Amino acid sequence: MHRFIPNTDADRAAMLKTIGVGSVEELFSDVPREAMNAQINLPPALSELELMRELRAMSAQNAHLSDYAGFLGAGAYNHFIPATVPHLIFRAEFFTAYTPYQPEISQGTLQTIFEYQSMICDLTGMDAANASHYDGATATAEAAILAVNSFRDREKIIVAPTLHPEYRATLRTYLEGQGIPIVGDEDLSAPLEAVLAKHLDAKTAGVIVANPDFLGEVRDLRAVADRVHAAGALFIVSAYPIALGMYEAPGNYGADVVVGEGQSLGNAIGFGGPYLGIFACKEKHIRRSAGRLVGQTVDTQGRRGFVLTLQAREQHIRREKATSNICTNEALNALAACVYLATMGKQGLRQVAELCYQKAHQAAREIAALPGYRVTSNEFFNEFVVECPRAVADINQILHEHKIIGGYDLSKDYPHLKNSMLVAVTEMNTHAQIDALMDALNEVKR
Amino acid sequence: MSIVANKLEPILYEMSTPGAIGVSLPDSDVPETPLPQHLMRKDLPLPEISEVDVVRHFTRLSQKNYCVDLGIYPLGSCTMKYNPKMNEEAIKLPGFSQIHPYQDAETVQGALQLMYELQNYLGEISGLPGVTLQPAAGAQGELTGILVIRAYHLARGDTARNEVLVPDSAHGTNPATSTMGGFKVVEVKSDRRGNVDLDNLRAKVNEKTVGLMLTNPNTLGLFEERVQQVCQIVHDVGGLVYGDGANLNAIVGLVRASDLGFDVVHTNLHKTFSVPHGGGGPGAGPVMVRENLAQFLPGPIVVKHGNEYSFHMPQHSIGRVKSFWGNFLALVRAYTYIRSYGREHLREIAENAVINANYLLARLRGAYEPAFPDRKCKHEFVLDGTRFAKQYGVRTLDVAKRIIDMGFYPPTIYFPLIVPECLMIEPTETQSKASLDEFADALLQIAEEARTDPDLLHSAPHNTPVSRLDETRAARDPILRYKTREPLAAMRDPEIIPTGVG
Repeated sequence: MHRFIPNTDADRAAMLKTIGVGSVEELFSDVPREAMNAQINLPPALSELELMRELRAMSAQNAHLSDYAGFLGAGAYNHFIPATVPHLIFRAEFFTAYTPYQPEISQGTLQTIFEYQSMICDLTGMDAANASHYDGATATAEAAILAVNSFRDREKIIVAPTLHPEYRATLRTYLEGQGIPIVGDEDLSAPLEAVLAKHLDAKTAGVIVANPDFLGEVRDLRAVADRVHAAGALFIVSAYPIALGMYEAPGNYGADVVVGEGQSLGNAIGFGGPYLGIFACKEKHIRRSAGRLVGQTVDTQGRRGFVLTLQAREQHIRREKATSNICTNEALNALAACVYLATMGKQGLRQVAELCYQKAHQAAREIAALPGYRVTSNEFFNEFVVECPRAVADINQILHEHKIIGGYDLSKDYPHLKNSMLVAVTEMNTHAQIDALMDALNEVKR
Repeated sequence: MSIVANKLEPILYEMSTPGAIGVSLPDSDVPETPLPQHLMRKDLPLPEISEVDVVRHFTRLSQKNYCVDLGIYPLGSCTMKYNPKMNEEAIKLPGFSQIHPYQDAETVQGALQLMYELQNYLGEISGLPGVTLQPAAGAQGELTGILVIRAYHLARGDTARNEVLVPDSAHGTNPATSTMGGFKVVEVKSDRRGNVDLDNLRAKVNEKTVGLMLTNPNTLGLFEERVQQVCQIVHDVGGLVYGDGANLNAIVGLVRASDLGFDVVHTNLHKTFSVPHGGGGPGAGPVMVRENLAQFLPGPIVVKHGNEYSFHMPQHSIGRVKSFWGNFLALVRAYTYIRSYGREHLREIAENAVINANYLLARLRGAYEPAFPDRKCKHEFVLDGTRFAKQYGVRTLDVAKRIIDMGFYPPTIYFPLIVPECLMIEPTETQSKASLDEFADALLQIAEEARTDPDLLHSAPHNTPVSRLDETRAARDPILRYKTREPLAAMRDPEIIPTGVG
């Protein structure tokens, strides 16, 4: 018997006797005979020692960020993770617990979610944040659904062309079945004002804008928010939580809903997941929102405690009338964000944001000075667009030989941005790494 | 849970002291650029806490949680099995945890190989060869499956179908998913043996049927006795059958979904394949389909040409369901788990899960009423608490809370909706006979207490950090974030704190 199964053969024999059957097969007598004992072609079992050896070999085939200098972002960022985060989130009491359905023995999970919700509210300037969605893309889709459900006669969503391409794709998949049109990104080079002039009308339920946008640009969106509100629609902002360490909270410039990818808050970059979908909104939208919420209450003796609340929105209560089908979320990633924010605190988060800003601007200045390269971004946080003398894919191959993971090839999603690389710089990049990038880019030129 | 756990723990903001720091970061090593003052925030009201206090806060909070590593966690349909420790060593390898999702495929061949092989394993286990690893959870797998079925009908020019059949015993995610897919939900009744009522099914299928969402074994813990007939009835009207794989643990390695008649299934890697639940997530919900449906799957999926792995978007894909490539680190854990069991041992999971459930059911018979007394269960079973409620005024909620006093997590309660006052118990294969006996003895004692001392149950739990919480108040006047520092007296435990705690 396999080592993860504690019962011995003698245990099993005794149990079958108590059950009153002669064999395990009898317990499966209701399964169609021809379907039983299917031949399943899997590799043979491995011991822990052998399997770890194989996994190490597979891992070793991948170029990773402890070994390479990374300048790739585009929605997933390499940030410093304090040791407190892995040590605390991998405590079995958090890690091997289920959704906190029985609050009396789940206060640990419940209070940390309440704390996470509170800190996300402070970061974004919103009144309420939920316990998480799958990632930034699905949080955005749920925000769009909330916008449509907020009105009886508005059923169109406008997206900025500079919203992450994969968020726009996910949005379309989510809303396709419900027949909700998504417009605004037909011309990927159109400025936001032109998009609004063309589409914003009495049928618009929501407008979704990223800030910083996919190309790294940060904007004062007050005028945009006013315009969206004047048309009666909801203004949804997709934010980068590390940037919120220094930039204005979207709630202070008119956002009704703030979503975002929370990976940067203490979560491993891990080849794209599991990540953390941040979702926060103004008070009046809470009861139409999706996902779990934790609320504060008291016990029979008046002591403070926490429970899952407003569950009447959710699938296990409302079934086909629920606001979403979401059940399992990204609770452990939210816990990582909670521990991260507690550790970084007011000063630390600001410092990380400023380090990103300073280093990115230094890198941009140095690249702009290289012959053949042009930085086209104006007001950016930690990511900017570089027009290169050659195709980005070719350049990245050369950078790879220099142990550098180059930036994102924008021509894949934005055909008008030919030979354009989106370069991300974080606190993890040293000045020496930036210099090495310059040397390598210079070599590409030749 | 230690006695420290019974002390009231302040909220992070209440621990904040101006000037306290939990982290040290390097100084900037580049010349300074002026900050964009016109775009900056005036205040960042996050707490300020030292590293030591952060660690103690979360450690103390952790002690207010029950978890699988402490003992049985018998939530029905949740498959709270032991999470092997080696999975966690696997995900920490830098070639998995420290790679960027947009790196060129040539630089992440090991990661792609792992995904490719996992696709194949899940294809083998389900018998359905088209596999996408994209969905982040079971419910997202359901949405994926329903959208794939929708795309299949539309591709055939079959545009009039708009009804999804869902049994009354189904998880709430099934009807919620159907709505998200843009369809109407039609409920199908269960019969007296807990199966889909075939007559009711026949009466409800027609040319508008998109398909049926079926969980097998179902949420009553029962194998659908005429599952092939059920699938046939749906196929006969041109519909497809979606299998909710939440309960795969009962048949994994023994029975393939394809052989039962399913066209599309999802599997919860955080249930059957040992990915830890993390207090509510993350999970992963890969979807497997028949060959003719593979063209509609969300991508990208991993393909192999020669010895090289790359990402590929299926030809008529429904699109993306999330960003990047699925919950990769959850996939690494599931891969590790499957390789650890291998072809020889995989079926032992199902066999032992079913033995354990039937053994526990046998031990409880008499004291508790099985909802379907004539049937052997699969990996879980449902008890009907009506008699306790009628005879002793003890509700299932009271039984559940008393279980907490006994040192265990309670089972799922009040679900499935079709059994009144129900308890739904899933022990999983990773409980020993000794631990099941301990749990059964506790439940038998509670049954006795229900008769002799019902108030003991009404007031339970008695030794937890908090007693029963006012959920009505929480929902009526929601407090969803920390607002102001409460006076200390309001948060202090009015009870005497156990000796030895400061």
